[in-house]
Amino acid sequence: MASQSSPSAKLFGAFAVSGLVWAALQAYIIYSFGFAWLQAVGDSALSAALLTVACWLINNNLRYYQPDKGSYIYLLIWCGALAAGCAAACRYILPLFNMGTVYQNFLQQSLIIRFFTDFLAIGWMAMISALFYSQVDHKKTEQRKTEAEKLARDAELYNLRQQLQPHFLFNSLNSINALIGFKPDEARKMIHQLSDFLRGTLKKDDQLLVPLNDELAHLNLYLEIEKVRFGHRLQTEISCDGNCGEATLPSMLLQPLVENAIKFGLYDTTGEVTVSIRAEIEEPYLVIMIQNPYDPKTSRPRKGTGFGLSGVQRRLYLIFARNDLMETHANDNIFTTIIKIPQL
Amino acid sequence: MIRALIIDDEPLARMVVLEYLQAFKQIEVMQECGDGFEGLKAIQQHQPDLIFLDVQMPKINGFEMLELVENPPSVIFATAFDEYAIKAFEAHAVDYLLKPFSKERFNKAIEKFLSQAPAAPNAPKPTDTLLETAAQSPGQNERIVVKTGTKVKIISVQDVEYLQADDDYVSVITAEGAFLKNKTMAFFEKTLDPKYFVRVHRSYIIAIQQITRLDPYEKDSHLAILKSGAKIPVSKTGYVKLKQVLGI
Repeated sequence: MASQSSPSAKLFGAFAVSGLVWAALQAYIIYSFGFAWLQAVGDSALSAALLTVACWLINNNLRYYQPDKGSYIYLLIWCGALAAGCAAACRYILPLFNMGTVYQNFLQQSLIIRFFTDFLAIGWMAMISALFYSQVDHKKTEQRKTEAEKLARDAELYNLRQQLQPHFLFNSLNSINALIGFKPDEARKMIHQLSDFLRGTLKKDDQLLVPLNDELAHLNLYLEIEKVRFGHRLQTEISCDGNCGEATLPSMLLQPLVENAIKFGLYDTTGEVTVSIRAEIEEPYLVIMIQNPYDPKTSRPRKGTGFGLSGVQRRLYLIFARNDLMETHANDNIFTTIIKIPQL
Repeated sequence: MIRALIIDDEPLARMVVLEYLQAFKQIEVMQECGDGFEGLKAIQQHQPDLIFLDVQMPKINGFEMLELVENPPSVIFATAFDEYAIKAFEAHAVDYLLKPFSKERFNKAIEKFLSQAPAAPNAPKPTDTLLETAAQSPGQNERIVVKTGTKVKIISVQDVEYLQADDDYVSVITAEGAFLKNKTMAFFEKTLDPKYFVRVHRSYIIAIQQITRLDPYEKDSHLAILKSGAKIPVSKTGYVKLKQVLGI
C-alpha cells in the first residue's frame, strides 16, 4: 500500500506492478491450458488492465468516503458490479480479436471463474482500503483531539488564574485611595506591594516548578496587602521547617488556597482571624497545610464558592495526573487544607 | 439633618466615604459598622435616612442584611462586587458606586439622593424593588436569612424541608423548626433552584430530596410523605411538575 510520503505516485506504482504480476500469472495459467502465448498474453493483459482499473476505482472511492457501519452491503454490491463489468468486458471485447472457436468456448466457460476471481480481488482491495483509510482517519482525529485538549488545558489554566484577580485588585485600589488622603507614605508602600504582586503574577508560568521560598515571598506581598485592607482583623502565621524552602511546587498554587482561607476566615466569622500556613517535608512529598477558622453552622455551601479549592485540585491533576494530592478537613471551627507536592 | 450609616467590613473603605462626606455638612454619620449584624442593630437604633452599603461582608452580605430591615432606608452601594451585572440594581438603589470611586462620582450620588423628594409614606420604595432584583442574583439562592426575635438565623437551603404559605409570610420549615420570612411563595418559587425545589401546591414548595413516598389522595391529588414524616398535599398541576423534575 501507499506510504504517507508521496502517496499518489507510490500508489500508482503499486497498482501498475500488481497489475503486471496479475497479468503474468493469468497468462501462464491460460498458456498451461494449451493456448498459444499470443492468445494467453492478450487475454490476460485485457483482464488484468480491467481489474486494475476496478481496484483503483474502489480504492479511490474509499479514500474519500468511509462507509459507515450500515453501508458495507453497498460496498459488497459495488464489488459485485465491478467484477461483473470486468467479466462482461472480457466476454465482449476478446472475441473481437478473432482467436478461434476453441478459445471462444474456453472464454464462455471460464466467465464464471473470471467473475469470481475478479470479485475476490476487488473485494480484497476494498477491504484493505477500508481498513487503511479508516486507520488514517482515526490517527488524524486522535491528533486533533490531543491538540484540542492541550489548547483547552492552556486556556483553562489561564482562566483559573484570571478569575482570582479583579475583586482583590479593586478593593486594594480603594484602600490606597483611602490612604492617600491621610497616610500618603503607606499609600505609596501599598502601591509598590501591589505592583510587585501583580508583576509576579503575570510573570509566572503555570507549568513551572518554583522553590517554596519564592512562592512564600510572593504570597507575603499578597498577605501584606490584605492586612492593610482588613486591618487588625487579619493575622497570619507562616512556618517553614528546615530545608522546605528549597522544595519545589507549581507556581501560583498556594495563592488561591490562601485566598480561599482568608475569604472564608473573614467572611464566615466576625472576629479576629488567624490564617496559618505550615510547610514540611515528608519524603517524597512537600506537605503544605493551610488553616483558617470558619463557622460550620452558617458557612455557605462550599460548592459554589470553593472555586479556589476545585481549581487547585484540577491543576494538581493536570500537572501530576493524580487526584489524591489535596485533602480538606473541617473540625472545631477550623478548616484545614492539605496539599502534597511530589518532589521529583 | 440627614442621618447616615456606613456599613463596610474594610476600615479604609469606610474612611473614604467618611472623608468624601465632609463636604456635605447636612449629612451626619451616626455610626460605622463592620458587618451586617452591627448594621442591623445600628439601623434599628438610629433609624437612618441613608446607608452606604458594601455587598461582600462577613456572615451576611449587604442584600441579606437589607432583607431583614423592615423599612429599609435609601441605599447607596459602595462595592467592588463584579461577579455579575450589578448595574441592574442601579435603577433601584439611589446609586451605585464601584470601588474605587472618585470624589466627583461620589458627589453625584449624594446629589441624586438629596434631589429625591421624600416619598409618600405608603408608596413602594425603590429599596423594596431592589430586594426583589437582588434575590435573583447568583449566590442568593443558597441560603435564606431570617430573623427570630432579635437574632439573625442563616438557613442553608440544603436544610430546608419545605416552605408553607402563612398569610403575608412564608414559613420555612427545617429540622430545627419553622422560621417566618417576609416574602411571597412566588418569590421563593422564582429564587430557589427548580432542580431541587418544586411548588407542588398553591401553599407548598417542597425540597425534592426530602420526599420518601408519593401516595394517591382523593381525586386527582396526591400526598408527598417527607423524611420527617410531614404529609404535604400535592395538587394536580403540582404532581405534573413533580413528575417532570423527578423524570418519571
